[in-house]
Amino acid sequence: MGSSSPGREGIGRPGEGARASARPRRVPAYRRSAEFRWTHDAERCARCKRCVQQCGFKALSWEDGPVVDPDKCVGCHRCETFCPQEAIAVVPNVQHYRPHPLWGQAHRQNVYLQAETGGVLLTGMGNDLPYPILWDHLLLDACQVTNPSIDPLREPMELRSYLGRIPDKVEVKMKDGRPEPATEMGPVLQVETPIIFAAMSYGSISLNAQKAIAMAAAECGTLWNTGEGGLHEELKPYADRAFVQCASGRFGVHADYLNAGAAIEIKIGQGAKPGIGGHLPGEKVSAAVSETRMIPVGSDALSPAPQHDIYSIEDLKQLIFALKEATNYEKPVSVKIAAVHNVAAIASGIVRAGADMVYLDGFRGGTGAAPTIIRDHLGIPIEIAIAVVDQQLREEGIRNRASIVAAGGIRSSADAAKAIALGADAVAVGTAALLALGCTLCQKCYTGKCSWGITTQDPRLTRRLDPYVGSKRVANLVRGWSAELEEILGAMGVNAVESLRGSRERLRAVGLDKTTLEILGVKPAGVGA
Amino acid sequence: MSDSGFDRDRRSVSGCGLSGMMSLTGERVTGEAIRDSIAILHERSNGLGGGFAAYGMYPHRKDQFALHIMYYGAEAQGQAEAVLGEAFDVLHDERIPTRPNPGVVDPPDLMRYFVLPPAGKLEESGMSAEDYVLARVMRVNSEIPDAFVFSSGKNMGAFKAVGYAEDIADFFRLEEYEAYIWIAHGRFPTNTPGWWAGAHPFTLLDWAVVHNGEISSYGINKRYLEMFGYQCTMRTDTEVMAYLLDLLIRRHGLPVEVACDVLAAPFWEQIERMPEEKQRLYTMLRQVYGSALVNGPFAIIFARDGEMVGVNDRIKLRPLVAARKDKWLYISSEEAGIRGMCPEPDLVWAPRAGQPVIGRLGSDVVVGEPGVGETAGMGQEVPSG
Repeated sequence: MGSSSPGREGIGRPGEGARASARPRRVPAYRRSAEFRWTHDAERCARCKRCVQQCGFKALSWEDGPVVDPDKCVGCHRCETFCPQEAIAVVPNVQHYRPHPLWGQAHRQNVYLQAETGGVLLTGMGNDLPYPILWDHLLLDACQVTNPSIDPLREPMELRSYLGRIPDKVEVKMKDGRPEPATEMGPVLQVETPIIFAAMSYGSISLNAQKAIAMAAAECGTLWNTGEGGLHEELKPYADRAFVQCASGRFGVHADYLNAGAAIEIKIGQGAKPGIGGHLPGEKVSAAVSETRMIPVGSDALSPAPQHDIYSIEDLKQLIFALKEATNYEKPVSVKIAAVHNVAAIASGIVRAGADMVYLDGFRGGTGAAPTIIRDHLGIPIEIAIAVVDQQLREEGIRNRASIVAAGGIRSSADAAKAIALGADAVAVGTAALLALGCTLCQKCYTGKCSWGITTQDPRLTRRLDPYVGSKRVANLVRGWSAELEEILGAMGVNAVESLRGSRERLRAVGLDKTTLEILGVKPAGVGA
Repeated sequence: MSDSGFDRDRRSVSGCGLSGMMSLTGERVTGEAIRDSIAILHERSNGLGGGFAAYGMYPHRKDQFALHIMYYGAEAQGQAEAVLGEAFDVLHDERIPTRPNPGVVDPPDLMRYFVLPPAGKLEESGMSAEDYVLARVMRVNSEIPDAFVFSSGKNMGAFKAVGYAEDIADFFRLEEYEAYIWIAHGRFPTNTPGWWAGAHPFTLLDWAVVHNGEISSYGINKRYLEMFGYQCTMRTDTEVMAYLLDLLIRRHGLPVEVACDVLAAPFWEQIERMPEEKQRLYTMLRQVYGSALVNGPFAIIFARDGEMVGVNDRIKLRPLVAARKDKWLYISSEEAGIRGMCPEPDLVWAPRAGQPVIGRLGSDVVVGEPGVGETAGMGQEVPSG
């Protein structure tokens, strides 16, 4: 890293920063500080201007050297990453207001911002407030002496999973002395690892980003999800591994679309914004997006908060079966909901309404755009949602009727293993896949200016993301996590993921209260078999 | 541990020795041979539990349900007998004959009853005779703290205790009974002092199971069984095994071979090599019964009227050896155990992982016998990792 000697920051101090003096900063009448301090070592600078070119947010300009507009720097580190001289460092701007335990910096900044604009504050990605992370209170079991662990490098380990409606039993008839199944199996999805990709629409992310994920899904034998953006022509070769989504805006939904995918997903809600619709600003609706979504170029794509033909569970049932009729009962139907307080009963209703999968999205799930206040304060943790839904479906004897997919803050294979032990059939990852594509979690997806070419439709930016290279990185991630899942299974002495699925006996908790333990169905560490 | 010795709060994890023998023609022999076999496996147990089950042992009352019950105290006996008197016609009751053995201490009161469900009550209940008996047995076991029904089948009986198996055979005077199937168990529990009711075999109607192993998938197997109304109150792995067999074979009607392939499911790699029709069945079995896959080390011998089965886990983490001699089938944890019952067998083999060995009354063909009865593709070669 280049040195960041005092006086070289390009922030808020006209006349002091290296080469930042040419244009004095517009000084606001009221106080609001920049979030990042962009620092630059003029002596190391090769004056290549790459930093200026790389910035998607137009925070940098060139006036005999890089000049920063500190209000525009989002801390995405694109310029820093691409500086050949390592002359740039972007650091959080620590503000030395008088500390206050109640009025933290973020609260004060938000008040200042809203005092300026009177608007609803927007954000991207998942909740960034320090709520307890239950994953970090759960520990996995391992074998010692009385049952042997299994070496995944030398013995087979099975992660293959099936998603969809499974009958309660197999009826067998004997034919010529050989057993044959008399039971018919409906459409189910086979995945080679219980890690699938979360819904991220073309529109919210670039075609190259979506293509990278689709290609990775094909490579890893898993599934991706179109989100509510339709299916772009170029992604049709990967449609047989896609959930095609039908959400409240019904963008891009037509018979061919429904029949093109491996499965259909009805999106009721999203963990990052339960009860809230979507808004793709007209700026992101390019000609290609317009064609895929089937809306005019430049028009805002508004997804209503509810689906206006679903005001009740019986309405949902009608949509489920309308979609099944449209696809000749050949596609399993998933219903995606945000994890909210009554999630267990809602999920039970969804299963009884005929869904083959319930996709639970926890309150930490990501988003391309959501009101900050909604993202940060609505919903419940995915850990709790998995536990109560799995238990409810078991108590009602309908657990086989639908698979549970869990999403919203799965950060590692350990989180995935814990989710599966709590009862999930598979986990879905969105943020982790974007991180693999270069995302640095700057949370500015809603601006459409992503410097990494992920959450933007600006061709200058999207071409930065090579879908082939990206797909290899995303596939590597899935492979790495899958190999780690195999290590975990082996340490637990089981060689098939179904022996971990729902096996809460293999989890122990540290630092959780009794009620939470009961809800999770997990014993505290120290309690034996 | 409660005063009664019925500690149900902790799951018992154990290593063990197993033996079983069956006459395929129904020839009955005394319990001396099985006693000698399990005695050789002495080192596989630690004196904290052992037991036996015998089939064809009550020919004079072969159509009646034989209930073996242990009591800790007269009060429990009174309560249990009230339940029996109300639910059944009790045709005969007696003390189970025992002889003092220094290795078997503090025995409970041991009684046996021959009962039949009264026709009227049975009809009223709308259940099969088996389900009717099972419901009453479950009731006694869950509601009367110091009474425990440890055997409830027809023309069969289980005997179990805390001690070494060979001492238990002496205690229960097994040389006085004759049976065509004998199975035996010597136990090595690791985390609880043995208790009488928790010893093997575990029985359910005329099913008896002896088991060596620790089920690494216990958590999900138990939760899966709960969906079908089984409450795993005994907290032993063997109970899970018995309930899974009951669910798969009795309630879902799967052939025994297929049920074994659920417990020790073939790997996907093996399934992919099967002929198409079979592949369809085995794919479906794994999809539907993934939660019934018993993962981790196990070897079991289970029996019911006319059938004895030995099988172990999908990668054979516990030993199991089988042998033939004339019209007899032998299964044991070790070849030494087999030679304890049958000094010179004609054929000894180690069944492959997950390959069940099944002897059936009246059939000379043993399923799983090399070259003769191996179920094509049912047995498994474990693919390399």
